[in-house]
Amino acid sequence: MTAPNHKWRQFKDVLMQIITFICAVLVIAPLVLVFYHLVKLGFGSLNLDFFTHVPKALGEKGGGMANAIVGTFILIGEAAIVGVPIGVLGGIYLSEYGGSKMNWGIRFAADILNGVPSITWGVVVYGLMVIPMHGSSALAGGVVLGMMMIPLVMRTSEEVLQLVPPGYREASLALGISKWRTILQIVVRTALKGIITGVLLALARVAGETAPLLFTAFGNLGWAHSLKEPIAAMPLLIYNYATSPYEDWHRQAWAGALVLLLLVLFVNIVVRVMTRDRFKNKI
Amino acid sequence: MMEQKTAGIQFGDRIFKWLTLLMAITVFVLVGLIGYELFVGSKPAIHKFGWHFLISSDWDPTNDVYGALPFILGTLVSSFIGLIIAVPISVATAVYLTELAPLWLRQPLVMFIELLAAIPSVILGFWGLFVMVPWLHKYLFPPLRSTFEFLPVFKGTDYGPCMLAAGIILAIMIVPIITSISREILRSVPPIQREAAYALGATRWEVTRIAVLSYAKKGIFGAVILGLGRALGETMAVTMVIGNAPQFVPSLFQPGSTLASWIANQFTEAIGDLFYSSLFELGLVLLGVTVLVNILAQLMLKTFAGPSVKPQH
Repeated sequence: MTAPNHKWRQFKDVLMQIITFICAVLVIAPLVLVFYHLVKLGFGSLNLDFFTHVPKALGEKGGGMANAIVGTFILIGEAAIVGVPIGVLGGIYLSEYGGSKMNWGIRFAADILNGVPSITWGVVVYGLMVIPMHGSSALAGGVVLGMMMIPLVMRTSEEVLQLVPPGYREASLALGISKWRTILQIVVRTALKGIITGVLLALARVAGETAPLLFTAFGNLGWAHSLKEPIAAMPLLIYNYATSPYEDWHRQAWAGALVLLLLVLFVNIVVRVMTRDRFKNKI
Repeated sequence: MMEQKTAGIQFGDRIFKWLTLLMAITVFVLVGLIGYELFVGSKPAIHKFGWHFLISSDWDPTNDVYGALPFILGTLVSSFIGLIIAVPISVATAVYLTELAPLWLRQPLVMFIELLAAIPSVILGFWGLFVMVPWLHKYLFPPLRSTFEFLPVFKGTDYGPCMLAAGIILAIMIVPIITSISREILRSVPPIQREAAYALGATRWEVTRIAVLSYAKKGIFGAVILGLGRALGETMAVTMVIGNAPQFVPSLFQPGSTLASWIANQFTEAIGDLFYSSLFELGLVLLGVTVLVNILAQLMLKTFAGPSVKPQH
């Protein structure tokens, strides 16, 4: 009964299964390799000094990245102040108020912004803030990262808010509670975990951005004493050290890259494991 | 009394609605701002060079003459190399994840791919420069060169950082996005498509090929275009492995530059208004190209699957 080419077809079936499996392994390979090399080359240079000292002058041994670590946290703090309120409130508008035409336009613009290359953001904020303020500053660095967060947070907030069943809103409105309080106290509260997830992922993403900071935050070998001064950030320092010709700086860069990668992966893993059950396959 | 309260509620509602609207429309403000800043910054260069800027290969700060052609070509070629490598692997992985892989393996694999997408570009570039490029230089480039010697694109001395290295690092960076969107697309193919093919006696691969892939073709193409948009604008990783030479040589083993990498590399060293302005204009060109490509991708994805398939970031 079996067709004459039955064997050949079955063979092809198995063959494709193997080929696609190999492709999946190839996709994962860089992640594993990057992690392996960072641990191998960076772990040895991690010590207390790395977290508590600023970089030493060239040629001196030791020193650390304390200023860059703090700088990165200051920058993402600023970014959160700029990006989170605008992103979340905008997401609320998209999910709760907007008409279909308006929403189409806003989503379209947000998607375009998500596709704007990171270096372009840097050039724009250079023209917008660095030139008028006569110099690079922590402020400009924070603002550029915050701007990049806006479309990301807006889209994820909208998505999780829409997962809240309409019955919740109707029940609250039926009790005579005004719409804005219904949104804030019922809808946003229900979706809060998802909103926080989106915010954390956006923060983890901008924490690793380098290109927009090159000429806005600029980097600093010591501490920045105000937001108007250039500030150090881990990705910037990694880039500057990595492209320098000095062995000692390369070692520091590997250690810095390891810390930054662990930070970013940690946030990603925690957030995804935390939300897996509730929003499984929905976000 | 009652009326007052209603008025109060309506007032609060109106304020909140306007507040959220105001925040939502900042995206339009940002789009306008980006275009405006880049255009204003480019004005001196546009005024001086006109359209010639786009087809000129000069980049000569001493004589203050600038052109974008090598960087435009470098951007297109490196992205194209990235796509050639990334597309088959990504689509095959998406097929594996939705159609062929054992169920218990799917979720962990998806997680790994999302983590790959989360690696900061500068770290990937650093790894590329110190691990990948030396490895390519030692093991991959020599056999490639001796096998394809007759092709002009495989000619030229190989120093390490080059166009091909940039293409490979770009492939690594866009694989996650193409894979995850293709996966979404494949998942949205109606089960009845598969069932019909199974009923005809097709094997699993035949079902995938005939009923799933041909159905999802357009959506996958949209995913590929979105990946292209990413590749065109990718900065740090490319800057670190492409060699940063202001030239375009039609050889895979020669250093070059992309629009993004050249801006990153030169901006802090720029002297003189025209130099700056030319870098702004490179940014403007880059913005134009990526926005067009992204719009194209969005349109393709939307016509394929309606609003349910959204690009992931």
